Amino acid sequence: MISFSPTEEQRMIVSMAKQFASDEVRKVYRQCDETGEIPSSLIDTAWKMGFTSSSIPEEYGGPGGEHSAVTGSLIAEELAWGDLSVAMHILCPSLFVHPILEMGTQAQKDKYLPMFCDATFKPGTAALIEPRFGFDPYSLSTVAQSDSNQYILNGGKCYVPLAADADVFLVFANTGGASQGFIIEKGTKGLEVGEREKNMGIKGLATYEVSLRNCRIPRENRLGGTEGCYFKCIMNRSRVALSAMAVGVAKAALEYSRDYAKERVAFGEPIASRQAIAFMLAEMAIEIDATRLMTWEAAWKLDRKEDATREASLVKAYADDMVLMATDRAVQILGGHGYVREHPVELWLRNARGFVTFDGMATV
Amino acid sequence: MIDFEPTPEQQEAMRIAHDFAKELFRPVARYYDEHEHENPQELIDRTWGERNKGTLALGLDVTASLRIEELCWGDAGLFLCVPGPGLGGAAIFASGTKEQLQRFLGGFNEGEPKWGAMAMTEPGCGSDTSAISATAVRDGDEWVLNGEKIFVTWGKRAAETPGALVVVWATVDKSAGRAGMKSFVVPAGTPGMRVEKLEKKLGIRASDTATLIFDNCRIPFQNILGNPEVKKTDKGETKGFKGAMATFDATRPIVAAMAIGVGRAALDFVKETLEKEGITIRYGIPKHKLTSLERDVLEMEANYKAARLLTLRALWMMSQLQPNNLEASMAKAKAGLAVTKITQKAVEIMGPLGYSRKNLLEKWMRDAKINDIFEGTGQINMLIVARRVLDYSRDQLK
Repeated sequence: MISFSPTEEQRMIVSMAKQFASDEVRKVYRQCDETGEIPSSLIDTAWKMGFTSSSIPEEYGGPGGEHSAVTGSLIAEELAWGDLSVAMHILCPSLFVHPILEMGTQAQKDKYLPMFCDATFKPGTAALIEPRFGFDPYSLSTVAQSDSNQYILNGGKCYVPLAADADVFLVFANTGGASQGFIIEKGTKGLEVGEREKNMGIKGLATYEVSLRNCRIPRENRLGGTEGCYFKCIMNRSRVALSAMAVGVAKAALEYSRDYAKERVAFGEPIASRQAIAFMLAEMAIEIDATRLMTWEAAWKLDRKEDATREASLVKAYADDMVLMATDRAVQILGGHGYVREHPVELWLRNARGFVTFDGMATV
Repeated sequence: MIDFEPTPEQQEAMRIAHDFAKELFRPVARYYDEHEHENPQELIDRTWGERNKGTLALGLDVTASLRIEELCWGDAGLFLCVPGPGLGGAAIFASGTKEQLQRFLGGFNEGEPKWGAMAMTEPGCGSDTSAISATAVRDGDEWVLNGEKIFVTWGKRAAETPGALVVVWATVDKSAGRAGMKSFVVPAGTPGMRVEKLEKKLGIRASDTATLIFDNCRIPFQNILGNPEVKKTDKGETKGFKGAMATFDATRPIVAAMAIGVGRAALDFVKETLEKEGITIRYGIPKHKLTSLERDVLEMEANYKAARLLTLRALWMMSQLQPNNLEASMAKAKAGLAVTKITQKAVEIMGPLGYSRKNLLEKWMRDAKINDIFEGTGQINMLIVARRVLDYSRDQLK
């Protein structure tokens, strides 16, 4: 039955994420952006909330909760409302864990899932994006060549979050024309993590270039074994997660610029009482709600194990445009004040511009 | 639980409505567009019969939205000929007593087809509904109505069909502003109410849009909806005016549902035509690989989806008895503008096929535009959203 009401359990998780975002994340997000460091205590606190591990079954040492894309979207929105870098850092291990959980072989689950059930933050990551014009996730330049009982990987990746600290990587590569995932452990010969990247936004999040030079891994490290993985689904989960995060960032921008517009007086009245400003806010509010509902619909399809490519790709493209519009408007409403780093809106605009690029950097 | 699956009953309702749209609406859509003010009698009789069987009932809920989208996919102008209590009924539901509901709407489930219209707009006021100048003066056991109402949707049918009715907004005390504004039920055929003219319109031509004149039109005192007394509350609002606004919370998502039906018709036409030409729209490929055509179609589809989900939410909230003033206006503002753009873009993409009257697409573009105008223009709805977002009164944000 058509309904827009989250379950009681979802409400509880959302309210926990919201409180964490507002009490903890909002205290440090500017400092994270300026210094490029996220306090590890913040990450540990978030880790204990179990956003990544909650859906790992009991047999692997996890709490065995339901793995729901709808719930994941609700959480991602709240965390990204707090700060996008922090949200992506906190949820980064899911990039490795969720595909194993959904599509891994029994041996892969046995080996890798228990690592993520400890009380301390465990950095795992995934590498999809490649540093070139015309990047296409369905036509990767990074190649995995089959060689008797091994795969040999060659190529270059970028925007790999937490690569310097990650113990395990899920690297996506072209094998026989299809994009597939390959598990590579830290220290494997041929896997090299480069310098930390310097980006326009998400400066708090440590991302790296990663290169693969004749990197040999056992055959059984292909995600899903000989049958491989359903790569489309990984992309769709990423699109849903990023759309939810875009909604969170846009909502932050709406709230901040709304409050500012009500306080800022020009010509004897708050600027919010002028339609030129008020209508910008109204459009932001409408588009934020529309994007959220489209995100939920795509997530709902994922949870039903249906092909969500249409919904997920439509909402992702919509969210890319929406979050840029909303954050740009927020800067515009604050005028000169929006341009200085005392206010957060310039940070949100920088972060927002990246969504179109962030394929595969988040998942639900 | 967040869920987007219509119930089996709703799916059946959509299927039935879609079949009607396809078999009863589409074949005559062009005819009634080109023969403005002619009566689609067969369609009226058929839909009236179905409505009284329950198969085409149009309440104020998610099911209604799903049905209306299908019917307006068939034809929005003809949809506005489908008999029922309509906007007049919505007003009576919003602020009438139980007795009034029975007295005025009881007959809508039997006999010949009937319509309920709402007469609000005047030559001198549109969206500013508080500036109404039509008057209602009490005379013993009666109200005497005087004034001119324009753009009354299905006004002719409601004013002239036996058993039908018009809900008229008038002021009982001009000096009291909004507080003096009340609504009155005028049964069809009441002496003093007459149809002055029928508009000739850009689109939805099958729908009659009438000017009604009230010239010493007398109705029983009990035909007032809500409290007859002029009483200002603390906020300067009144129940009468709030009644009008509550009606809009119900009817705006309905108009949004109409809009998305037209939008989907255009989108389907574009996709089917492209498919015949062997052009497929690809989903999920990188932006730089999309053709310009694909970008357009994907954007149209996303906007359709955005409008549709906002609409379903607004009606879902209503059926949950949650206040939906903000969400109703969001849906209406988004849907009205989205389908205006979708249909205009569709005509552009289809080139000569879009512009020619051989196809219905150009008609849908003309039909779509009204959704950004009636039941509150896009701008009025943006204003309402803005006030809600800012928590501003209408004095703080004009």
